[in-house]
Amino acid sequence: MYRNQYDNDVTVWSPQGRIHQIEYAMEAVKQGAATLGIKGKNHSVLVALKRASSDLSSHQKKIIPIDDHAGISIAGLTSDARILSRFMRTECLNHRYIYGNPLSISRLVTSVGDKAQTGTQIMGRRPYGVGLLVAGVDESGPHIYYICPSSNFYECKCMAIGARSQSARTYLERHKDEFKNVEELNDLVAHALRALRDCLPNDTELTTKNVSVAYVGRGVDFTMKDDDDVAEYLKSIEEEKASPAPAPEEGAGESMETTQ
Amino acid sequence: MALFSNHLHLPKNVDMKDRVADFWRDDAPIADPKKHTLRPIVTGTSVLGIKTKSGVVIAADTLGSYGSLARFRDVTRLMRVNDSTIIGGFGDYADFQHIMKLLEQQTIDDKVIGDGVYRDAPSIHSWLRCVLYNRRNKMNPLWNTVIVAGSTYAGEPYLGYVDKIGVSFQDKSVATGFGSYIAQPMLRKAMEENPDMSIDDAKRLMVRCLRVLFYRDCRALNRFQIGVVAEGQCTISEPISAETDWSVGANPSGYE
Repeated sequence: MYRNQYDNDVTVWSPQGRIHQIEYAMEAVKQGAATLGIKGKNHSVLVALKRASSDLSSHQKKIIPIDDHAGISIAGLTSDARILSRFMRTECLNHRYIYGNPLSISRLVTSVGDKAQTGTQIMGRRPYGVGLLVAGVDESGPHIYYICPSSNFYECKCMAIGARSQSARTYLERHKDEFKNVEELNDLVAHALRALRDCLPNDTELTTKNVSVAYVGRGVDFTMKDDDDVAEYLKSIEEEKASPAPAPEEGAGESMETTQ
Repeated sequence: MALFSNHLHLPKNVDMKDRVADFWRDDAPIADPKKHTLRPIVTGTSVLGIKTKSGVVIAADTLGSYGSLARFRDVTRLMRVNDSTIIGGFGDYADFQHIMKLLEQQTIDDKVIGDGVYRDAPSIHSWLRCVLYNRRNKMNPLWNTVIVAGSTYAGEPYLGYVDKIGVSFQDKSVATGFGSYIAQPMLRKAMEENPDMSIDDAKRLMVRCLRVLFYRDCRALNRFQIGVVAEGQCTISEPISAETDWSVGANPSGYE
């Protein structure tokens, strides 16, 4: 992506019919640490790789609870994520107060998308530079949604975003038709962690310090697990090989590196 | 000096005469561009509701009274909001029409979004409570009591009451106005004697209660509708009347 004369303002179309500022905003997501979400039969799961900006600082939190029935995982500008998460929390709370029941996830995501769209069309504003993976459960079951800086949103069976997430997406694509039958929460988390393992930079491992796990489901409130609480999940995948076995029609296994 | 005033109480030594409109003068007549609700004009009387194990029955007569005049005798005080809810309105009919319009718009909005999400009876009850309580706080109430009858998302029967001061609750039987004095005891006694009441039993009970209300409530009419939300159906009947026997009225005693 190179600089050109059509990329200074979000209100400028390029002759090819693109708005470069929006595309640049989507690049911000790729700079963030990897995170992914999977939807099972009764649960939705989020896992995230937390990055520490230095050896002295703590690892940046990636998962933000929104309501008892929903939470998000972020990749990109953390401060933009805070604004959006605050908005999502008030939307959920207002809905609970007025209607006495949880806001359905599709409506929540739509309202975020509508809010984010204004930043892609008004002079002087900019898109939110963060990708959100929304995990939630409502009357129609568990959901995973991806909200893009372009303000588009997608309902997903599973999705991975952030740095080196292509490898995770490969794992997810291989198993995507199995997930809807996974009833056990721990099995779903194990799948997610295996996919996350493929996003690691060289010479690093999944540890209790850099992994965050969260889940929500029918009858299960949104719960976040960090630090030592993650140990049991990491143990369950410890015994397996680091790379996933290649599917029959493929050649040698996928490399962990990806386009950047 | 009035306790309430629409204009500022300015200290007397400030001479505003030369600088502002006559509206602000202390001796200017109070002309409210916007009045707050003072009293109901066209009114509906009792709404009754009863919840059985298989569904809910709601009933109201079709009279809009203009004070003591039985003026509008073909008024629908029950509204089918959506497949899961019927509401009944007591009190000012214009305010109830406003509520019906708001609810109708909600239902349209849900259909237009088209994601399958709809408001069940508890949601509508909760929403109504917010609207009515909010108006009460602004000292401009919607002069109504609304009965919300329907089913939850899980299909359970639901019956709720919410009134013009924002009081809101659920019960197995509810009634407004005169109905709460005359019909409610009848409904409760019947439920005690027959806890496994069927929908048809409930409808017959409603007709009995409405008949007694017609005898005793001066603002009632012997023409009413019965709404049922049960077993997948959500319907309001055509107006019907109860058989009455006024022979006991020939020789009243105690009213000399």
